[in-house]
Amino acid sequence: MVSFGGWDMPVEYPATGGLIAEHLAVRTGVGLFDVSHMGDILIEAAAPGGALAAVQHISMNDASKLAVGQAHYSALLYPEGTFVDDLIVHRVLEEAYLLVINAGTREKDFHWVRDNVRGDACTARDVGDNFTQLAIQGPRAAEVLAKLTDADLGGIRNYWFTRGTVCGLADTLIARTGYTGEDGFEIYVPSDAQTSEMVWSRVLEAGKEFGILPCGLGARNTLRLESKMALYGHEISESINVWEAGLDRFCKMDKSDFIGRAALDRSKAAGLRRTLVGLEMVERGIARDGYKVFDQAGREIGYVTSGSPAPFLKKNIALAYVPPEHAAIGSALLVEVRTQKLKAQVVPTPFYKRPKK
Amino acid sequence: MPYPNDFRYTDEHEWIKVSGDTGTVGITDYAQHELGDVVFVELPKVGAKISAHQSFGTVESVKAVSEIYAPVSGEVVAVNSALANSPEQLNSDPHGAAWLIKVKLSNPGELSSLMDAAAYQKYIAEKQKEASA
Repeated sequence: MVSFGGWDMPVEYPATGGLIAEHLAVRTGVGLFDVSHMGDILIEAAAPGGALAAVQHISMNDASKLAVGQAHYSALLYPEGTFVDDLIVHRVLEEAYLLVINAGTREKDFHWVRDNVRGDACTARDVGDNFTQLAIQGPRAAEVLAKLTDADLGGIRNYWFTRGTVCGLADTLIARTGYTGEDGFEIYVPSDAQTSEMVWSRVLEAGKEFGILPCGLGARNTLRLESKMALYGHEISESINVWEAGLDRFCKMDKSDFIGRAALDRSKAAGLRRTLVGLEMVERGIARDGYKVFDQAGREIGYVTSGSPAPFLKKNIALAYVPPEHAAIGSALLVEVRTQKLKAQVVPTPFYKRPKK
Repeated sequence: MPYPNDFRYTDEHEWIKVSGDTGTVGITDYAQHELGDVVFVELPKVGAKISAHQSFGTVESVKAVSEIYAPVSGEVVAVNSALANSPEQLNSDPHGAAWLIKVKLSNPGELSSLMDAAAYQKYIAEKQKEASA
């Protein structure tokens, strides 16, 4: 068990065979994650339009494009254009949005949201304690969940959600979202221990025929890394801006004003000083978070934000910040692994992309 | 997995089995379990000098890097090169096929400071109690 944002969470589950087995289950079959540590903020309108105005003001994606039942990836930014956190925005009602945020930043995020929506006609509530959030992920996820719900899962497109009965629990939020790079669903059930345990064991039972495994934080991290999904405190943080992180397509500069936009305008004009690249180790060795990156002349040029063996790709991969002139695919770089500088190469990302059905 | 009686153990979870003036060194079952899936092992070369309590190599699992500490001082006389291509043996057979190095002891007196199997098992039982507390 490790402590993560105040939650005790398993890195891997004892009976699964370990992190690699859990990772492969998600890539080739199905895995189940308890992601109840994720925080939830509900923004509701106090007067017509108040909730949308608030969400537009505090987040970088364009929430006016969301239909009821649709979600998108976005981020909360500081006035400097750097990250408070990343999040998923769900439009749950005409005039209500559910923000799903990270555990480690829950309190900071909630205070930040509350303080910054004061001028808008809305209420913001921390509802994280109300839900147990379970993620069912992998190519067989839909088949597993279909055994437990009356909802038409085939009708839920990627990053959309619906409500249905799951394990006898009416009106359960079922979203086609996840943090693994696979197809899958996240469900939000009441957080009392009895209900949570009932759903957890019924999902595992339903998934037995597909070889389902419970998956811990370790596999969650390697799966998201193979898929190049950002992790707060690593690829994104209060000192990294949107352009550096390469999250341009989730940042809508042409929508109404939002916190961070002016600074992003300026930094776009000034040009990039560093950019996030994917690295693959060429020499034997594993790049880890925080390791230094050098150019071939031996000059220190950047650092690794996340690095690990990639269990499905069977390569040692990393994400790193380097100056743009070193970011071209194929660029040869060096990563300092303890006492040695080992060869690495810039490769296309995401490292892993799921096969099209 | 049993902890052999003819091994001596360190509090950093290495073991050594001595025969004559040479000791075979590995990591314990407890250590491999804590590490998880081992994917990479870095060991010294034959001829290298190692010192008791000093790091002589690293074992990496998917999730972490872990230093390996020498139970005794001496000179490396053999290295288990099979681990380079099959590091996962450290998970399946840490007390046997996945030995790390053989070392010629320069100060056999150091052995007396190491734990025997009973003391080591008591030591890891305490660790496990701490972890679940």
